[in-house]
Amino acid sequence: MSVVTDDTLPAAPRAVRDEMIVFVVMAILLAFVPATGIYPFFVMQALCFALLACAFNLLIGFGGLLSFGHAMFLGSAGYFTAHALKVWGVTPELGILIGIAGSAVLSVITGYISIRRQGIYFSMITLALSQLLYFIYLQAPFTHGEDGIQGIPQGYLFWVFNLAKPTVLYYVILVAFLAGFLLIYRTINSPFGEVLKSIRENEQRAISLGYKTDQYKLMAYILSGTIAGFAGSLKVFVAQNASLTDVHWTMSGEIVLMTLVGGLGTIFGPVVGAFIIIAMQQYLAGFGQWVTVIQGVIFVACVLAFRRGIVGEIGHYFRRSL
Amino acid sequence: MQALYAQLLVGLINGSFYALLSLGLAVIFGMLNIINFAHGALYMMGAFVAFFLLNGIDLPTMASVLNGSVLPLSLIGIKTAPVETFHIGLGLNYWWALLIAPIVVGVFGMILERTMLQWLAGLDHLYGLLLTFGIALIVQGLFQNYFGSSGLPYAIPDELKGGMNLGFMFLPIYRGWVVIFSLAVCIATWYLIEKTRLGAYLRAATENPTLVRAFGINVPRMITLTYGLGVGLAALAGVLSAPINQVRPLMGADLIIVVFAVVVIGGMGSIMGSIITGFALGVIEGLTKYFYPEASNTVVFVLMVLVLLIKPTGLTGRAA
Repeated sequence: MSVVTDDTLPAAPRAVRDEMIVFVVMAILLAFVPATGIYPFFVMQALCFALLACAFNLLIGFGGLLSFGHAMFLGSAGYFTAHALKVWGVTPELGILIGIAGSAVLSVITGYISIRRQGIYFSMITLALSQLLYFIYLQAPFTHGEDGIQGIPQGYLFWVFNLAKPTVLYYVILVAFLAGFLLIYRTINSPFGEVLKSIRENEQRAISLGYKTDQYKLMAYILSGTIAGFAGSLKVFVAQNASLTDVHWTMSGEIVLMTLVGGLGTIFGPVVGAFIIIAMQQYLAGFGQWVTVIQGVIFVACVLAFRRGIVGEIGHYFRRSL
Repeated sequence: MQALYAQLLVGLINGSFYALLSLGLAVIFGMLNIINFAHGALYMMGAFVAFFLLNGIDLPTMASVLNGSVLPLSLIGIKTAPVETFHIGLGLNYWWALLIAPIVVGVFGMILERTMLQWLAGLDHLYGLLLTFGIALIVQGLFQNYFGSSGLPYAIPDELKGGMNLGFMFLPIYRGWVVIFSLAVCIATWYLIEKTRLGAYLRAATENPTLVRAFGINVPRMITLTYGLGVGLAALAGVLSAPINQVRPLMGADLIIVVFAVVVIGGMGSIMGSIITGFALGVIEGLTKYFYPEASNTVVFVLMVLVLLIKPTGLTGRAA
């Protein structure tokens, strides 16, 4: 049926070893960022989006489901966490939990609705649902409409870590990102993940083998949405605001773009893609709508010539699973 | 009651746009297996072509093109001379636009199909969606760069100005014209596809392109023409909407998402289904604007959710 990646290698011991080596290298490189003098805000933002893109990739790369509404988890969790922190004055860990719980509930509801249709309809339904939420948030009083929730207090995580300090915040975000990444990695390589891949490759055959494919897809959707919400909650501490742009369909498009650039169905692709796209936005921020045009060109180029993405191409060249 | 009828009319007009756009999406999906995300951008292009035909267009001079000042070279730190432009006034009115804009945009669409979309045959559906999404971003971004985000006015043609008193309501003639003309175009398209020999080829090629090719029919050319037809319908809707909604680069961006919901509700299996669903949802939206205005933005999406819960295959039946 649907073939997203054309060179999925089995999770042989060598593949797992390669992936763990790359993971350790990535973790060490990221741990040294504050010492290099790179603007930490940029890396923190990129890490949040990297986790978001990884969550999105879990759904499309391993479940074959293209969600065009993943911004709804980013934005909703952001609103929930921001509201809890600012209005209710809860501690950061509780705020994050509220964001995660909120996006989990949201993903159960939207998943139950959107899983009912296959393929391209699924994409259109998720897009429409996120637009529905966008209009709800536009009118709901607690989101403050166009202004968004601003000036969110960062507080002390577990009463110890002062999140207002950039270095402390950086390592908290990094640890959260690595934990989320490992959770996704573990899911992909679990028996559950294997069933998911079989559904992606041939749903009819998976059904005939006795798997209730709808339940697996719904589970993957809920997991993906919840982790995406986790990324949204983290982003609140970095950006210190929650606004409508995070729920808008353009954001969903950017999430898709990050994953596509890095490589659909690769382990590390979404991370690379997120850093590239966030860096591009950072450096081209002054050039108005040309950023949109460039994003469009990247979309077209990736689809026509470069479907494996950066990490996918590298992995294909070295015949490694990355 | 006046306000209710007025909202019903607005609903019918929006319904005409939904019908024209979802019709085009359905025809394109049937032949190309692609959900055309660029449909909203091409609708916008239709409105802009009408605007250019009437008010003329400022084109860069040959010198500006050759020395590169039309390109965003300031992005990479190269200083360029300001763009010199000259004005071409065509002065072609609304009626010409109704004819020319769909052709211009249709040809643009056919070029897109020949140069890009055709290479996606045999790949997963999602690549078509991603490619056309990219095209939409490029087109909308370029128009935003050159024309800003605010709306450009387009006057109602003299022949359709004014209104009629129907006794129970005042009917602006232009609005009545949009509804009737769209309905006529929808029915003509339905007739073309369901009742003519060309339409029979088209439906056959949708079912089994290989077999139809074996009968000596040039299916790739038919696919190109189909894309042109679908896109032309979108451009026509753009021209119709130009005097009502202002001509803006993002006028199609939000509309296309609503049209996706319409398509999910109606299904893409039947042409008549798309037309009826489009108009019906427009009317329901209009009624919501009157009875519960807070929900007018969301009612189509809420209906989509309800339809998915009750009848997951969509109203016209066939599963994807």
